[in-house]
Amino acid sequence: MALKMISGNQAAAIAVQRVGVDLVTAYPITPQTAIVEALADFAANGELGGDFVSVESEYAALACCNGAAATGARVFTATGSHGLAYMHEMIHWCSGARLPIVMVNVNRTIGAPWCLDPDQGDSLSQRDTGWLQLYCANGQEVFDSVIQAFILAEKLLLPCMVVFDGFYISHTYEVVDVADEEIVRKLVGPPAFAPQVIPGQPGNLHGLSTGETQLKLVKERHQAMSGVPLLFAQINAAFNEQLGRSYNIVEAMIPPGAKRAVVAVGATAETVRWALPALDHTGLIQLRLFRPFPAAEIREVVREKGLNELLVIDRNCSVGMGGIFAQELRSALYGMKSPPLVRSLILAGGVDLTENMLLDLLQSTGPEENFALRWGDEF
Amino acid sequence: MAPIEQLTQDFLRTKKLPHIWCPGCGNGIVTAALVRAIEKAGYDQREVVIVSGIGCSSRAAGYLNFNTLHTTHGRALAFATGLKMARPELTLFVIMGDGDCSAIGGNHFIHSARRNIDLNAIVINNHIYGMTGGQHSPLTPTGKKATTAPGGTLERAFNLLELARGAGATFGARGNAAQPRQLEKMIIQAARHKGFSVLEALSTCPIAYGRKNRLGGAVEMLKGMKDSSIAIERAKEMDEAELEGKILNGVLFSFDAPEFSSQYHQSIKKGQD
Repeated sequence: MALKMISGNQAAAIAVQRVGVDLVTAYPITPQTAIVEALADFAANGELGGDFVSVESEYAALACCNGAAATGARVFTATGSHGLAYMHEMIHWCSGARLPIVMVNVNRTIGAPWCLDPDQGDSLSQRDTGWLQLYCANGQEVFDSVIQAFILAEKLLLPCMVVFDGFYISHTYEVVDVADEEIVRKLVGPPAFAPQVIPGQPGNLHGLSTGETQLKLVKERHQAMSGVPLLFAQINAAFNEQLGRSYNIVEAMIPPGAKRAVVAVGATAETVRWALPALDHTGLIQLRLFRPFPAAEIREVVREKGLNELLVIDRNCSVGMGGIFAQELRSALYGMKSPPLVRSLILAGGVDLTENMLLDLLQSTGPEENFALRWGDEF
Repeated sequence: MAPIEQLTQDFLRTKKLPHIWCPGCGNGIVTAALVRAIEKAGYDQREVVIVSGIGCSSRAAGYLNFNTLHTTHGRALAFATGLKMARPELTLFVIMGDGDCSAIGGNHFIHSARRNIDLNAIVINNHIYGMTGGQHSPLTPTGKKATTAPGGTLERAFNLLELARGAGATFGARGNAAQPRQLEKMIIQAARHKGFSVLEALSTCPIAYGRKNRLGGAVEMLKGMKDSSIAIERAKEMDEAELEGKILNGVLFSFDAPEFSSQYHQSIKKGQD
């Protein structure tokens, strides 16, 4: 165990090195590039324990991961924004192929026009691809989530995306407790998933199937995802034992008597956490998991605390519908006896959330004001 | 030639300046050569379109006062193909970097060449992905260091102009930022050529490439570039040993072949008649 002053990108790269991977491949894109640069350095110094492959595009990066993972290799890649969008076909493919690939996506707005700020629309637009998605609020969560991602992916045979905000996390230096290689390897274990390509046993992978076969396979993936909460509990127990820390899928910080909570994901959750003492009778619900969507866990928090109002910070926007996390929440809360009012603040374009913005918003939000959606440029 | 102040006023978006390029970067030299070439060749500013992809070099589109499109990574030629087919009378310059053109955009590059569509591809080759901090590209020479190749890349580089010729391009030239007047002439030749023209403009990146490979500062890099270049006409009189380590400069190939957009529109017209 060692405390290090590192960026979110470095935290991700060191976590990958600690886990030990057979192959890393990636294509440069801001604000992710520093991750693969650090991994290229590890590889050149013989500290990665695997190969580093430069490729000609993001599409090629994920296809390369796919080929390697099919042989039972543990693989990693990282991208963001347009890079993730360009991978889209392969993102579906990896999940369908049941390959436990781990990928970091550093949030960045998708154009046009070009923009570097951390809108979450890149990863959220991969919602329906069958990948697990973990969101991180700080450098420590990045380090730990990458480790957790390998465990989740390999146990469930589903690819896992670890997501964090560009610049606010990727380029910000924080103190991160960097666990030793020995402990991390004990937590993750060696790659133990069966290879699909086996020398001497020729076979054809992923050939033409029928709709009925697809239905069965999709159902299997859906059911595999439902295993996340139980697996997370096991991961938490192991993390507590080895590192003395753990995470809930849904982190709730609700002061006694508070009936409303801000729901935040990624770096904005950290902002809200710091601002909590200044907020009047308001709590925080941080979502660490987006797929599978933690509907049962959210309902439990709402029910247990008797919350009647949720204010969702959406650093994204599904144009024509509104904030994506707000929509998912409304859907998850549907059918409750007295569901809380769900309001949404849209910070599309990756606009920063400041404490003052939050105070203004909460002060201007009486229970009588029945708005569903506010925009970040109103504050 | 109009005075430099006039060229700047007419052809650059002065409000967008200063540019983002690092001290010693060759991108500005190539961009200036393009501006002078357009002025000298007498093109109507309203009839010229600049299309660029992503990377340091592609920022040129933002500074040039024409109709300009800053497009997605590797796809500039695909955008330009649509534009040229819709408005064949326009003159298009497509500015790309080595990574943009030959890695993620490699497919569009060979297919533009195959069609022989009348686009002028200016590939600013500084041997590195500069904007993201110095990763090796398909035009990084074997053995050269990059952040993704700390011990030097093992991969072989494309010979971009051979690739273009093999894929069907009908004009291929190579110049460099150390010889901007020659570059200017080549841009005019490329623009006047009817068909897919590729101009590889060798450029300097002292920050992300030069420093990593101990090539010195901008002056040393430009000098090294000039010293290692040899005009194609002179090279014809030299033997293999003399040409060792030299980079051929000038118009390497130029020949006529049917151009796609005009052929297409002729065939439509024929059908209508």
